[in-house]
Amino acid sequence: MHVPPILAALRKHKSGVVLISLQIALTLAIVCNAIFIIANRIERVSRPTGIVENNLVLATQQWADAPTGSDQASIDKNASLRQRDLAVLRGLPGVASAAAVSTVPLGGNGWNGAVSRKPHISIADRSSYQMVGFYFMGPPGVSTLGVKLIAGRNFKPDEVTRLTQGRPAASPVIIISRHLAHRLFPHGHALGQTVYLNGKPKPITIIGVVERLQTMNVGFSNNFAFDSVIVPQITGIGYSVYAIRAKPGRMAAVMHEIRPALYKADPMRVMDDDSVQSFAQIRHDAYEGDIGMAILMGVICLILIAITAAGIVGLTSFWVGQRRKQIGIRRAIGATRGDILRHFQTENFLIVGAGIVLGLLLAFALNILLMRHYELPRLPLSYLPIGALALWVLGQAAVLGPALRAAAVPPVVATRSV
Amino acid sequence: MFGYYLQLGLRSLKRNRALTALMVMTIAFGVAASMTTWSVFRSVSGDPIPWKSSSLFVPQIDNWGPSRNQTNGGEPPQALAYMDAVNLMRAHRARYQSAMYPVSPLIVPARTGGHPFSEAGHAVFSEFFPMVDAPFKYGSAWSAADDAKRARVVVIGSRLNDKLFGGGDSVGKTIHIGGTDYRVTGVLKPWNPQPRFYDVVNGSYHVHGEALFVPFNTAIDVGMRRNGNMNCYTPPTEPGMQGEEQSECSWVAFMVELDSSSQVAAYKRFLDGYARQQQQAGRFTWSPNNRLRDLPQWLTYMHVVPPNTRIALLVALGLLLVCLVNTTGLLLAKFMRRSGEIGVRRALGAPRREIYMQYLIEAAMVGVAGGVLGLALTSLGVVGVGLVMPANIASLAHINVSLLALTVLVSIVATALAGLYPTFRAAHVNPAWQLRSN
Repeated sequence: MHVPPILAALRKHKSGVVLISLQIALTLAIVCNAIFIIANRIERVSRPTGIVENNLVLATQQWADAPTGSDQASIDKNASLRQRDLAVLRGLPGVASAAAVSTVPLGGNGWNGAVSRKPHISIADRSSYQMVGFYFMGPPGVSTLGVKLIAGRNFKPDEVTRLTQGRPAASPVIIISRHLAHRLFPHGHALGQTVYLNGKPKPITIIGVVERLQTMNVGFSNNFAFDSVIVPQITGIGYSVYAIRAKPGRMAAVMHEIRPALYKADPMRVMDDDSVQSFAQIRHDAYEGDIGMAILMGVICLILIAITAAGIVGLTSFWVGQRRKQIGIRRAIGATRGDILRHFQTENFLIVGAGIVLGLLLAFALNILLMRHYELPRLPLSYLPIGALALWVLGQAAVLGPALRAAAVPPVVATRSV
Repeated sequence: MFGYYLQLGLRSLKRNRALTALMVMTIAFGVAASMTTWSVFRSVSGDPIPWKSSSLFVPQIDNWGPSRNQTNGGEPPQALAYMDAVNLMRAHRARYQSAMYPVSPLIVPARTGGHPFSEAGHAVFSEFFPMVDAPFKYGSAWSAADDAKRARVVVIGSRLNDKLFGGGDSVGKTIHIGGTDYRVTGVLKPWNPQPRFYDVVNGSYHVHGEALFVPFNTAIDVGMRRNGNMNCYTPPTEPGMQGEEQSECSWVAFMVELDSSSQVAAYKRFLDGYARQQQQAGRFTWSPNNRLRDLPQWLTYMHVVPPNTRIALLVALGLLLVCLVNTTGLLLAKFMRRSGEIGVRRALGAPRREIYMQYLIEAAMVGVAGGVLGLALTSLGVVGVGLVMPANIASLAHINVSLLALTVLVSIVATALAGLYPTFRAAHVNPAWQLRSN
């Protein structure tokens, strides 16, 4: 295929060429970034939390008649109410296990804090501590959530202490996530090592490491999403959170039974419509915005691609109609149908190519804009050849119809005067 | 001639129905995507209290010091420590001021057999209500004397009033909150400002308005727990609320109303004087580092507009731009195909102006058709926002006259812009060249 005559022909309708190239460029820039956003969100949403998510129910409630003071009597009363509730839950036929926890991954509410290898930390010196999400639960909590211990052991019942809101950690042992273990001890085993919580002077021993445990926060810029600490304490004054593991196939029934059973044990408590939630619901709520964003970007990409393809079909059809006479002449002096077809295909290839070059620059410019304002990572280079290839294929597919019609122009057209 | 050009345009658009449909749909999709995302963006970026947002200010006092604020770019904590909030209330230097914190107390229904439930609200001072222009349906705020004597009084929202009292005038009735009887002094009309500007530290957009407001001093007195964020550089040394009240943890939101620039300057001086006093007392070991942002600045600083809505708008505007380029290309093809026709008209004496007129009218017809289809698609889009945005954001997007008018306007302006270049080309067709080539 000779390119120079095609370029010469293109020069005859510069504005149309510029418009299609521009459209290709904008489409490439937007689609690359939109798909990058989609990929980003999908990756975020599909991260496993590290707990066994199936058949897990979370029940949150407040007691209306529990003392809310921070004194020992209040703490003891709350503990006995909690034990009574747990006995009720464990008595349900579909329940495999139940435990009091402070929160669950993606649950939203909870305590963040700092872990360090030295007793005193300086907030200004970020290297002196590691931000973490704290979980408070006893050994049944660890086993009910189904986190996987890869080193060390679960807590023993006598290691569990009670905690009131705001009182510093009193337990001498913790379990941490592997991600946190690597951050704190990059060169060695974290098991058995001593760390300090929230800059307090009391040494705490790591007795277990779990494979993975996401924190309760889902903020987009959360950079300690998998740095978790489990403290063997029971928290909550006036309220409680129960993790309930249903037996396989009994999940729906258990979710129906929890509220009536707890109310039956004590009607003076607050449980509203979302007091009993499956973990699937918690996960959905946590990532609703991300999933919606991905869908929105996907819809916009589809509209964009459809419009661009339709635009190419429209303009090329016009050019074919405009050049019927010239096509006829070329056919009359010996050009085959294939030659005409290839002419339009090559033409489209060149126009799309020009658009792609401009589009790559625009894609980066748009990415930089998004990075600066919306905490989006840098667009990986691999997106560009894939995007370019996709648009070339799109262009060729769109041009095929009009090009075939051009190839079908009979040579006799050349002899007609109008 | 206008009617004639309309006829000509219609005939031309009918001649190639596929191309016309393509243009109309391009405009409609582009406009609908941008208008849908705009309706969301508009609802989250609006001024919640436009008539007085420039007189409302949020004071911040640096009780943490430069080294602890370093991770936050030197900015003081977003909320106040309890002791600073109490001191600012005591000093009472602004026209209106209120410390506040979110609460979610238990309410026990009077009728037997009803389960207790919890309702979210804020603990505030009586000045809060005139400051934020909270609309009362019945009764009024409690008095400053009630604040001082820690009275058990409450202002309730319309939903809670419906739930407890069937929507009637419940002023003077009592509600059992957290073990104590509270007397209702006022019932608000449905009121749910977006964002909840008086306390964006604890969330911005909410599907429902708040259920109740109790006096701040009373809430502290009965130990009503905080239902919001608390930031500490070190945990409180004492347990419970008492520990939080004595700590340097920041958890109390604060707002003041200042009605003139001299009042603003005076309040700034007061804040700095207060911080200097704390410095002299040895509590702060740094010089005053306070902020006094007005509400618009505060909302910007707190990034209350969700970034997702901005990205969506940006991408949708990009889509509209592509649609414009696409329509320009198609109109150009359509118009230039009729170069011969234009040549004849020009040769017969039609001035350029008439050609402009004819083709701009044709472009505008595409715009109007695109706008009408765009209206339908925008309505679908706004309804469908609930599928892709969280409920607290999606519930804000709504269709109103201004959105509909804007949709049509954007379609027509967009198509006219898209039609400018093709029309220019059509008007500059060389009649002699066209006649000869035919």
